[in-house]
Amino acid sequence: MLRMLAARLGQMVFVLFGISVLVFGVFFATPGADPTARIAGRGASPEVMARVRSAYGFDRPLPVQYARMMEKLFVSRDLTSFVDHGAPVVPEVMAAAPVTLSLVLWASLFWVVFSLAIGIVSAVLRDSWVDRFFMGIGLLGLSMPVFWLGEVVNLVTQSRFHDTWLFSWVPPLGYVPFSESPLGWARALLLPALTLSVAFIGLYARVLRAELLAAMGEDAIRTARAKGAGPARVWLWHGLRLSWLSYVSLFGMDFAQLVGGGALLTEVVFALPGVGRLTYQGLNTLDLPLIMATVMYAAVFVVLANAVIDGVYALLDPRIAEGRHGR
Amino acid sequence: MDAETLLSIEDLRLALPDGRVLLDGVSLSLARGEALGVVGESGSGKSLTAMTVMGLLPDVRSSGAVRFRARDLLMQDARAWRRLRGKEIAMIFQDPMTAFLPVRRVGAQIDEQIRLHEKLSRREARARTVRLLGEMGVPDPAAAAERFPHQLSGGLRQRAMIAMALSCAPALLIADEPTTALDVTVQAQILVLLTRLRETGAGLMLITHDMGVVAQACTHVAVLYAGVVVERGPVRAVLDAPLHPYTRALLAAMPPLDGPRPAHLPAIAGQPPAPDARPPGCVFAPRCPQVRPDCAIRPPVVRMGEQEVVCVLYAS
Repeated sequence: MLRMLAARLGQMVFVLFGISVLVFGVFFATPGADPTARIAGRGASPEVMARVRSAYGFDRPLPVQYARMMEKLFVSRDLTSFVDHGAPVVPEVMAAAPVTLSLVLWASLFWVVFSLAIGIVSAVLRDSWVDRFFMGIGLLGLSMPVFWLGEVVNLVTQSRFHDTWLFSWVPPLGYVPFSESPLGWARALLLPALTLSVAFIGLYARVLRAELLAAMGEDAIRTARAKGAGPARVWLWHGLRLSWLSYVSLFGMDFAQLVGGGALLTEVVFALPGVGRLTYQGLNTLDLPLIMATVMYAAVFVVLANAVIDGVYALLDPRIAEGRHGR
Repeated sequence: MDAETLLSIEDLRLALPDGRVLLDGVSLSLARGEALGVVGESGSGKSLTAMTVMGLLPDVRSSGAVRFRARDLLMQDARAWRRLRGKEIAMIFQDPMTAFLPVRRVGAQIDEQIRLHEKLSRREARARTVRLLGEMGVPDPAAAAERFPHQLSGGLRQRAMIAMALSCAPALLIADEPTTALDVTVQAQILVLLTRLRETGAGLMLITHDMGVVAQACTHVAVLYAGVVVERGPVRAVLDAPLHPYTRALLAAMPPLDGPRPAHLPAIAGQPPAPDARPPGCVFAPRCPQVRPDCAIRPPVVRMGEQEVVCVLYAS
C-alpha cells in the first residue's frame, strides 16, 4: 500500500516535470520565440536588448535558465512578471484560485444534479417524447459555445431586462469574495456557473443515459428483478451502481481541468478574476512567467485529480483494485 | 388440479408484438416435492417459459394460463409480481459470474433479498445469510459473505446463488441451466444440493439441454421443441420408452454410458424452425424421420400410460 502510494507520487512528480520542460521549451527554446525581444519591446536598440538579456538571465545556457525558473517558481516563489514590471506571479495565481474554485464548485453542483435527473429520467422513459425532448435539449446545450451563451445571458440580465422583477437581483459583473458577503458571493456566481454547466449537463446526461441503458441489459439487473426489487430500486441502486464508472471518471477530469483554468471563456465573459482569466491575460501579453505559473498550477490539478479518480475507481469497482478488468 | 399441484402451465403461447411466435402451446405441471426437467435445444423456449413464470418478460403477448397455487399469474399486477418473485418463486441463473452484481459483496446481495421480503434487521438477515451459505457447503461462510463475486470460484458463486434463491424459503425454485457454466465435478455437487432441496417439499423446475442432468436430478421431464411441449411424463418412463421421434433422436444423440463408444453419434438433420417460418402442422415434421402426410395438421395430445405425447403416430 505504502509502496503503491510512493510509486504514484513518483509518477505524478515525473508528469509535472515533463509538462514544465515542455512548456518551458515551447516559450523559451523555440526558434523565433525570443523572450528578450518581447520584453524589450519593438524597435529596441542592441544595447537595450543586451541589458535585458543579461538582466533576465537569457544569456545563460537553457538548462540553467530552466533550473532558475523552477527555483523561482517553486522554492523562493518570487518569480516576477515580465510585463507588469516586477509583480510577483505566484501570489497573483493564489489570489485567483479561490474565484475559479468557487465558480467550478457551483457549476459542478448544477451539472451533477441536473445531468443525474435528466439522464435517469431519459433512460427510464427511453424513446418516449420526454426522452427525445431532453436529449434534444441536451444536444442543443452541448453545441452552444459558452462564450456566446455567456454574452447572451449578460445581454438579457445586465441590460435588456435588468430592470424587470425577474433580473433586478442580478449584481453587476465581477466577483464578491465569500468572506465579504456569502449572499453576494452566491449571487455573483449563480449565472456564470449555470452558463458554464449547460454544456456539461447535456454531455453528462447523454453519457449517463447510454451507460444506464447498457447496464440495464446485464444479467445482474435481471437477478435484481428476480429477487423482487421494485423499479426504483432496480434503476437507482443496481443500475446506477453498474453504470456510473465512466460518469465519475469524466467528472474528475472535467472538474480538474476547469479548476486548472479551463473555465477561461466563462471567466472572461463574466469578468471573474479567476485563473482562466489570468491565463488569458498572460497569453495576450505573452507574459512568460505568468503563463509558466498558470500552466503548472493547472497541471498540478489535473495530475492530482487523476490520482483521486483512480482511488475512487478502486472504491467503486473492487475488480479494478485487483488489476482485473472487464465486466 | 389437485391440492398438491404447485405450478400448472396450460397451453401457454407467447408472441412478439410483430406476430412472431415464441411459445406455441406449452403445458406443464409440477407438484410439491417434484423436480421437473425442461429439456430442449437452444431456442426451444425453455428459458422463455421460466421467464414467464417469473414475470420477467416485458414486451410479449401471452395467452393461456400460468397457475401457481391456484392463482393465475398472468392476471396479476406488478405489485403482486414483486411480492411473489424471490419470496415464493426464486430463480437460479446459468452464469453466477454475471448474475451477481459485480460491485457489491455477495453477502450484501443475499441480505438485500431477505430484507426485501421480510422485516428483519441487518444483523438478523446477515445471520440467516451466513447460515444458508454454510448449509450450501460454502467453507467459512461468514468470510465468504464479505467477498465480492469475482473473488469466489465458479462453484462457490453458484452455491451462493442457490443460497440467495433459498433465502426466503420459496415454494418453487426455477434453475435455468444451473450447471452449464461449471466444471463437471462441481456440476455433480450442485445437482446433489438441488436434489436435497426438493426433499424439503419445494418444487424444482430444472431447465437444461442435458438429458444426463435430467436423469440424475429430476422426477419428471418435459421435452420442448420449437415452443411446443412434444412429450412429458415421469423421467424413468420417458427415458426407458421415449415416444416422440424428437425425444428418441435426442436420447440417441447421447453417448452411451457403458459399452464401446460409437465412432459417430447420430445427429438430427436440419435446423429448428425460425419463429417467423413455423410449419403449420407438427413443428418437428420437417426434420422427422417418420414424417407422414397427416403431420401437416397439428397433432392432438395423446395420453399413453403416464406419458403425454404430441404426435400422429399415437393418435387413434
